[in-house]
Amino acid sequence: MSEPAFHITIDGVQIAARPGQTIMEAADEAGIYIPRLCDHEGLRHQGSCRVCTVKAGGRSVSACTQPAAPGLVVENETPHMVKLRRDLVEMLFHEGNHLCPICEASGNCELQAMAYRLGLTAPSRFPFLQPTRPLDASHPDIALDTNRCITCGRCIRASQDVDHKGVFGYVGRGIHRRVAVNGPDLAHTDAAITDHAISAEVCPVGCIIRKRVGFRIPIGEREFDAALIGEEIEEHRDD
Amino acid sequence: MMDILRAVQDRNRWISPESLEVIAERTGLTRIQVEGVASFYSFFSLTPKGRVTIRLCDDIIDRFAGMEEVAAALEEALGIRMGETSRDGAFSLDRTPCIGLCDQAPAAMINDVVVTNLTPDRARSIAAALRAGTPPEEVALPGCGGLTPAERVQRMVAGNVRHAGASLLGPVPAEAGLRKALEMTPAQIIDTVEASGLRGCGGAGFVTGRKWRFAAAEPADRRFVICNADEGEPGTFKDRVLLVERPHLLIEGMTIAARAVGAAEGILYLRGEYAFLRDHLQVVIDDRRAKGQLGQGIGGVPGFDFDLRIQMGAGAYICGEEGALISSCEGLPGEPKTRPPFPVNRGYLGFPTVVNNVETFCHAARILDRGAAWFHAMGTEGSHGTKLFSVSGDCLNPGVYELPYGLELAELLRLVGGEDAAAVLVGGPSGTMVDRANFHRRLTFDDLATGGAVIVFSPRRNLLEIVEYYLSFFVHESCGYCTPCRVGNVFLQQAIGKFRRGLANPEDVEYLRDLSQTIIETSRCGLGQTSPRPVLTTLDNFPLIYSAVIKPSSDRVRASFDVQSAIDTARKLAKRRSYIFDRDFGE
Repeated sequence: MSEPAFHITIDGVQIAARPGQTIMEAADEAGIYIPRLCDHEGLRHQGSCRVCTVKAGGRSVSACTQPAAPGLVVENETPHMVKLRRDLVEMLFHEGNHLCPICEASGNCELQAMAYRLGLTAPSRFPFLQPTRPLDASHPDIALDTNRCITCGRCIRASQDVDHKGVFGYVGRGIHRRVAVNGPDLAHTDAAITDHAISAEVCPVGCIIRKRVGFRIPIGEREFDAALIGEEIEEHRDD
Repeated sequence: MMDILRAVQDRNRWISPESLEVIAERTGLTRIQVEGVASFYSFFSLTPKGRVTIRLCDDIIDRFAGMEEVAAALEEALGIRMGETSRDGAFSLDRTPCIGLCDQAPAAMINDVVVTNLTPDRARSIAAALRAGTPPEEVALPGCGGLTPAERVQRMVAGNVRHAGASLLGPVPAEAGLRKALEMTPAQIIDTVEASGLRGCGGAGFVTGRKWRFAAAEPADRRFVICNADEGEPGTFKDRVLLVERPHLLIEGMTIAARAVGAAEGILYLRGEYAFLRDHLQVVIDDRRAKGQLGQGIGGVPGFDFDLRIQMGAGAYICGEEGALISSCEGLPGEPKTRPPFPVNRGYLGFPTVVNNVETFCHAARILDRGAAWFHAMGTEGSHGTKLFSVSGDCLNPGVYELPYGLELAELLRLVGGEDAAAVLVGGPSGTMVDRANFHRRLTFDDLATGGAVIVFSPRRNLLEIVEYYLSFFVHESCGYCTPCRVGNVFLQQAIGKFRRGLANPEDVEYLRDLSQTIIETSRCGLGQTSPRPVLTTLDNFPLIYSAVIKPSSDRVRASFDVQSAIDTARKLAKRRSYIFDRDFGE
């Protein structure tokens, strides 16, 4: 680690940051969690889910893409920012078909975990869009249930940049924008169960399904059953 | 990529799965990447289209001018409905958002040409002529074969220049600005433009000189100058008039910008709806090349090289956003880029790029000729010079007005013959819906800002219908990259729909405001940051149009609860009607 070049302030706490770091990267190192869904360790920053929206110097920016700058004052976990994030997570729930009780990702799902962290438990005022979306079970080892896709694009970046394959990509525009595969179905792509894009950590929800392992870990003993999302970052906070 | 897809679309009338494979193979991309671009733009189709595609302009102005009757006439004459293609593959019929002809609505595109001032009778005769095999160009402008491209565009659409101001639409000496720029250093040019007070005329209003200064200061091997001719804000058509009437001035302005920032390459990004202007602009570019006003050693100055190409868009409002426009030039879906870096630092292909609006470049050329003080003296503090206003809607003289900044809206309404307006939308749907009590407000960057659109609505118009239309426009045009704009605008549209159907509760007003605020505060680019403005500015200035249709809850039953639609699914599942709610059941 090189010497910290400057400091920024997040919710009144001064932390160190280096040139070239984003607000989120600096916060992660300091043990301050900024909620995120489309951003993932080891992948390019995309800034599309907007859940990491913070106020920096009074302006709304996505913490995963905004460079840290000397003296920057950042609002992260204020009631207002939490409210905005709750709205965004709700939008993602209502855009797709997310039925936690029947989803094998329940307990491992970052969307669900984020809802719990943000206190999203009551029925919402938003309408449900209830789209009709396809299920692709053509591949021997992998299935795609796009009802649960939140178009975070983590699989796209993982396949492109880590696996160097390009199995996934975005198609369409606006509300019709979705993640699609590079061929008529998944079986006709070069996707493999060993791909990073297919690994459990990349898809934050239950869209990319590894066949035959779904309930190996029972509900109640899953990642977010034990701890809130983000606690792994907050653990190493040095107060 | 845009050019390849356009060529395939034009030749085959669609981009087939086989075409996707071939294009992917030849360009070294994956098929899904090609499909991502092709599925993004409205003018590319992944299903077969007709040899002739008629796209009716679906703007609210066109609707008020009788577009629905024209649509019905076309549907009847061609035997297909909107959105369909005839079985023999001859015709497709579509709707498309504002095509920049609001001053002569209803209008439509027929392939790459346009027809204006449509009536049901005219629509029927157009359909008959097309059926008889007349080429679309000949239908739009009979006898066009013998005309030059410039004559064609001048006759195909009316210019409707109603008021010529000092800078752009009055007499303009040819190449005077460029001649003076050649005698100046790049730094002097930037100083002049900055001192003039010129700000971007596309809507955002960034100080032009400063933008040029940033791009010039960034160390780089290559730099680019791009002209944003993607005016898509509904109700805006002033750049169309400049492209027709002042194409040389525009390219002169771009050439001056190139000299100022040290760019050798330029792009003129022309919206797909303006394809009918393409040949005309290409002739101008070729002509300038032949005269040594483009190319190497421009004006005899060694080392001053600059040339440009036209990049066609393909039906995407978002490409008016500069990052999205650059993405589109790069052959990508028209998605805005993450900022920072800003285009002036890392833009097209990662090089410093100046993106300015058509009108901005034209003003810059005039400022170089007449001097910064001349321009600065016009207008008001903070909003210097003249501005083109494209006025449409319920007024006697729709068209383009060049006026100094600082005019009261009421004065403009007198000029255009729109004094009885009940509401005026300044700046298009991203702007402000102004009520009569505020007609004294001034057209400046600090008061009523506009990229040019001024849309007049008479007391006969239903403002909620207008708001609902503009929300459907934003839903259609959102790129879908970020959550709040992609999803939030759909919710907003549905909520306004409740008001329109008389199903809104008192608390829905608060819901509209709250949701709007989330969309504005969390969206990634200007589209989502302004898309709720039709709702917010009407809530502020026309609260009665909302309160008049709200139904308070009675007997603890929400007014918004519609039992008929609630039980409809159950009816279908049970394959019978309801004993309680279908009164005539069993009779």
